[in-house]
Amino acid sequence: MAEHARTPVDTPAPVDTPAPVDTPAPVDTPAPVDFDGWTCPVPLRDSPTIVMGHGGGGAMSGELIEHLFLPAFGDAAAAELGDSAVLPTPGGRLAFSTDSFVVKPMFFPGGNIGDLAVNGTVNDLAMSGARPLYLSTAFILEEGTALAEINRIATTIGHAAAAAGVRLVTGDTKVVDSGHGDGVFINTAGIGVIDDGVDIRPQRATPGDVVMISGPIGVHGVAIMSCREGLEFGTCIETDSAPLNGLVQAMIATGADIHVLRDPTRGGVAASLNEIAKAAAVGIDLVERDLPIPEIVANACSLLGLDPLQVANEGKLIAIVAERDAEQVLAAMQAHEYGKEAAVIGRCGPAHPGMVVARTALGGNRVVDLPIGEQLPRIC
Amino acid sequence: MKYLEEFSNPELAGKLLDRIHAAATRRWAIMEVCGGQTHSIIRHGIDQLLPDEIEMIHGPGCPVCVTPLEIIDRALAIAAQPEVIFCSFGDMLRVPGSSRDLFRIKSAGGDVRVVYSPLDALRIARENPDRQVVFFGIGFETTAPANAMTVYQAKRLGIKNFSLLVSHVLVPPAISAIMESPACRVQAFLAAGHVCSVMGTTEYPTLAERYRVPIVVTGFEPLDILEGIRRTVLQLESGRHEVENAYARAVTTEGNPAAQAMLLDVFERTDRVWRGIGMIPGSGWRLSSRYADFDAENRFDVRGIRTEESTLCRSGEVLQGLIKPHECAAFGKECTPRNPLGATMVSSEGACAAYYLYRRLELTPAASHG
Amino acid sequence: MCLAVPGRIIRLYEADDTVMSDVDFGGVVKQVCLQYIPDAVVGDYVIVHVGFALQKLDEESALATLANFERLGIIEEEFGDGFALAAKQAGVPMSDLNGASR
Repeated sequence: MAEHARTPVDTPAPVDTPAPVDTPAPVDTPAPVDFDGWTCPVPLRDSPTIVMGHGGGGAMSGELIEHLFLPAFGDAAAAELGDSAVLPTPGGRLAFSTDSFVVKPMFFPGGNIGDLAVNGTVNDLAMSGARPLYLSTAFILEEGTALAEINRIATTIGHAAAAAGVRLVTGDTKVVDSGHGDGVFINTAGIGVIDDGVDIRPQRATPGDVVMISGPIGVHGVAIMSCREGLEFGTCIETDSAPLNGLVQAMIATGADIHVLRDPTRGGVAASLNEIAKAAAVGIDLVERDLPIPEIVANACSLLGLDPLQVANEGKLIAIVAERDAEQVLAAMQAHEYGKEAAVIGRCGPAHPGMVVARTALGGNRVVDLPIGEQLPRIC
Repeated sequence: MKYLEEFSNPELAGKLLDRIHAAATRRWAIMEVCGGQTHSIIRHGIDQLLPDEIEMIHGPGCPVCVTPLEIIDRALAIAAQPEVIFCSFGDMLRVPGSSRDLFRIKSAGGDVRVVYSPLDALRIARENPDRQVVFFGIGFETTAPANAMTVYQAKRLGIKNFSLLVSHVLVPPAISAIMESPACRVQAFLAAGHVCSVMGTTEYPTLAERYRVPIVVTGFEPLDILEGIRRTVLQLESGRHEVENAYARAVTTEGNPAAQAMLLDVFERTDRVWRGIGMIPGSGWRLSSRYADFDAENRFDVRGIRTEESTLCRSGEVLQGLIKPHECAAFGKECTPRNPLGATMVSSEGACAAYYLYRRLELTPAASHG
Repeated sequence: MCLAVPGRIIRLYEADDTVMSDVDFGGVVKQVCLQYIPDAVVGDYVIVHVGFALQKLDEESALATLANFERLGIIEEEFGDGFALAAKQAGVPMSDLNGASR
């Protein structure tokens, strides 16, 4: 990132709003983009969209950073921005994670790609028991993307980072020809610290362990589907995207023997549990009646012929805990903002290692398989 | 969802199961025609809870599974053309053609879009006047009215860049074909509930009489399926072979007259090759001559396509209930949902996929379960 | 085939001379074509497949069916299924009782 000290933001003059995006109003209200003080040529400065020059690393890039990204990121952004972030070495083991975010649509009920970009990496770090500390944000922007949209996303990133307690310390911006990106692609990488004595990884799942979920499933996937072309339906469900590091620390603080944590994003609970079952060579038995599935999620899935166990979640975690500590962990989850509806959904066992089996409400059983690719609505 | 959840009530399911256990005194083989019923049976574990005397044979009521290979290959050829936006139900995306599937065409740059309703495809046609929009019109009688209305609208509104690739199949000729097969073991049928919502039940008494089989119109929720089976077993045990409606909340004897009128206008009967089964005369619908302009097979030159089925695939025998999926040598090895050889492994209610997804537990040699 | 679910009509309107509706599936609202159910009114339940209403759901029938299931054990033992039950308990196939064979 080019060297620029932050300058105070002047009271911005309002900018002409581009055509409204057809979604509910965003939770974060971004400051309008402040074009005062931009030095780029007038026609470009007055262009409300990204042009190739914004990715060139020169004055235009600098202004994009200084006048859009930094104000939008707010307090979460580090005050000094050098070519690389120089950070104190934390004690303990380092956790390092990266993820890229390409979700379409970028704006969906309850949030946008910015929420996912921060919470996704924060949660990946948290799932290994780490306390997330720092994030980088790299943007690939399609030429022609509205600056107002980028401003909204960047503002959301700033708020999400502040809510998660992480600092945005470095980043990058590139621009691609229109037709080669789909608006905005974001990569975030994160560094966290794992305290001594914390050993959380899928291989630790053991027969007898209790399997828990931190709350209702299928919410994010249904929110996204409700505005996806060809599938649109009206519903008031919003994404459940949330930072789970606070919840995880509360669970660890109980001193319980937590074996596995996993956030069931793409592929839903089915994908995560299958991966864990294979990694640990244990069987996992679920009880369908105990799965917390909101009525609207169940109904949307019935309509489209989908399995709620395969629908994505962005603010939930699966915890696999030693039997003797399960009650304690469940109580800690239920006492936390993001675990209020936590529930026990099954157990690990020695039978059918590597497979996940669910006991149906009727009393039969069925294998819960790893989803293949994207979930598609069916007519049959 | 109201009028849905109530029909999954486990307590009532238990009562129905008790009645079935009490009624069945000898072995009976019942075929559920509809793939949606197969899906429900296996997904809820109903087949495990039925008495050993009752064998459910999974019928060919999965339009995805039986769409002729030739049509799939034609769909793929059309979808690969650059000016085409190819719209389809999600079910068809992974069905293997001779060498590819729609999903791979999409990955290679083809504009393939999944829609919930054929009307979405018509909307896409209006929004993209410079592209050719083709909708893959598969399905049984249940889906035909939707496809019919869509092409009727296209014609009425003059949406010239829209066309329909039709491959409809019909249930009654399939029942005949199954019963006429020399190896047939089916003694009764659960008729497809939503097919009958459209067509009514008038086509079935002749079949029940000719083949001396009970035919019970059955729904899709667990209680519906169990009730359909219960009534079927009662008929079998008392030597009756009648048509009964166990899905009265959604099925009337005459069906839906408005839909039937549209079907008569838009479609005409034709012979169809059912993948894995072979040609069944008069078992399908194609667009009538009035709608020839909107027939994708006329609009796109897709003749001369060589079709080639996998030699390992035995989906035909599975579809007719002659073998169980795990009795096929390729099951779970060369043929899995990720790499399906035939359509019965792709569709989630194709018998092979259903067995693979839900029944591997019993089929795994070392499994021990409670 | 035939994934169709019941929903309640909450709004009727016309588009391109076609009767359309908003149907509520327990909180999920979808546009549904009602052209095949000409006498449908707001408040009716319809069975919907791929965006089309195929039949009205007969609510009375639905409730009667559920009530029948509730009474099932009692009714059968009192009246109808007595023969079947007795035969099973005696280990005699039904077909022998009726003289019909399969």
